[in-house]
Amino acid sequence: MKYSYFPGCSLKGTGRAYEESLLPVFKALGVDMTELDDWNCCGATAYMSVDEVKAAALAGRNLALAEKAGGDLMAPCAACYLVLMKTQKRLEEYPAVRGEVGHALGQVGLSYEGKVKVRHPLDILVNDIGVEVISKKVVKPLKGLKVAPYYGCQIVRPYATFDNQENPQTMDKLLRAVGAEVVDYPMKTKCCGGSLTGTLPEVGVSLVHGLLREASRRGADVISTVCPLCQFNLDCFQDRVSSNYEKSAMPVVYITQLLGLALGLPMKELGLHRGVVSVEPILAQRELLHV
Amino acid sequence: MKKIVQTIKYEGDLDKGFKSWIEGIPGGEKLHSCIQCGTCSAVCPVSLYMDLTPRRLIDLSREGFRDEVLSSLTLWLCTSCYACTVECPRQIKVTEILYTLKRRAIQERVYPRGVPVPVLARYFYAMVRGTGRMSEMWLVSLVFMRTNILKALGMATLGINLLRTGRMPLKPDLIRDRAGLRKLLDSVQSGKKVAVS
Repeated sequence: MKYSYFPGCSLKGTGRAYEESLLPVFKALGVDMTELDDWNCCGATAYMSVDEVKAAALAGRNLALAEKAGGDLMAPCAACYLVLMKTQKRLEEYPAVRGEVGHALGQVGLSYEGKVKVRHPLDILVNDIGVEVISKKVVKPLKGLKVAPYYGCQIVRPYATFDNQENPQTMDKLLRAVGAEVVDYPMKTKCCGGSLTGTLPEVGVSLVHGLLREASRRGADVISTVCPLCQFNLDCFQDRVSSNYEKSAMPVVYITQLLGLALGLPMKELGLHRGVVSVEPILAQRELLHV
Repeated sequence: MKKIVQTIKYEGDLDKGFKSWIEGIPGGEKLHSCIQCGTCSAVCPVSLYMDLTPRRLIDLSREGFRDEVLSSLTLWLCTSCYACTVECPRQIKVTEILYTLKRRAIQERVYPRGVPVPVLARYFYAMVRGTGRMSEMWLVSLVFMRTNILKALGMATLGINLLRTGRMPLKPDLIRDRAGLRKLLDSVQSGKKVAVS
């Protein structure tokens, strides 16, 4: 199976630990990812708020490049995943948009036939590679580590079909497969506040607080995420949560970091040092640190 | 004395074409079929901060309360989590309708003053056109310089934390074919004219 990898802007910046852990994990599982050459920003939520057809053209350029490259397109960031899926739907359903985007792509020598499959890493891990294959490769089970699986919103809503929209299970299964204890976390698809933590923090930080508090009440040692913005919000605003609400020190990691740990990959290569709230003390306490 | 204001509108002052305008934009088709059940407001994670809850926003939109809807804070509180869209029993794409309203509010510049969200959207739009990628910290710094310097100072701890953990690249990321991207975006015939400053 061939995949193109669409990192998106965050995985090169604040979310680099996601990329750092994702690529070695897929490599260890025998899957090679080739980064899509000269990809551009997906447009996220902001671009759509300004111009809808240009937003489709912007994301359409990535789809055109991916179609040329061949294979499925893996988008680990929730915003990228959603925007690419949404653009495909839009091009499919609305001939006027398809016409305009097709014309614009043609002006720069590109075209898009609609053949690309946009995939999320959770989907590939569970449905292409398989939970059993992964569990067989575990060398360091995450025994005793209590994990709250946090999916966030845009991975499962509204387009994804690989998991349940109200109570998704793919991350839960993966965590169990590598020996972790999955905490029941009813807020698993509640919104993290997106960019409101920066723009209207009085609202954004309150959403972050709710998610952290619930994970903590449920006895989680760490929160596992699959989106750079979720990780950023939950990890980086805990000082605000502590001063505005209650003391909070909950490590927030990417699932790929936990998988890498269980597969015995070197800790340094998994970006585990990049958390603002360090995950190392709890890993040490559960005797899960290795070199 | 308390200021006297007109709180009720004459029907004749409503924008009767507003509903069909929204329904003509991709995603807005089912606006008329809302049964006002309020599921959207109940599942919305930020409705408790809104001046118009999603249910009211939908109702006012189809009745033609254009100005009230376009100047509402609601549009800029929506985080696009799509809970309303997924749960709506009438399959109304509430999130898409909000996008349509956001674009119109930006075009007409009628968003509430001091709310940085639409400013961020416009800077984001301009940055992507220039570099092809979004540099998170540059974008946030620009927006705060323009809207609220004091808030930017409050972000200092965050900046230090990101630098400490190596998560804040100082060089903006660029794509190679920037000229091609600009040409592509400029070739969109229905493209909107957006002033950024």
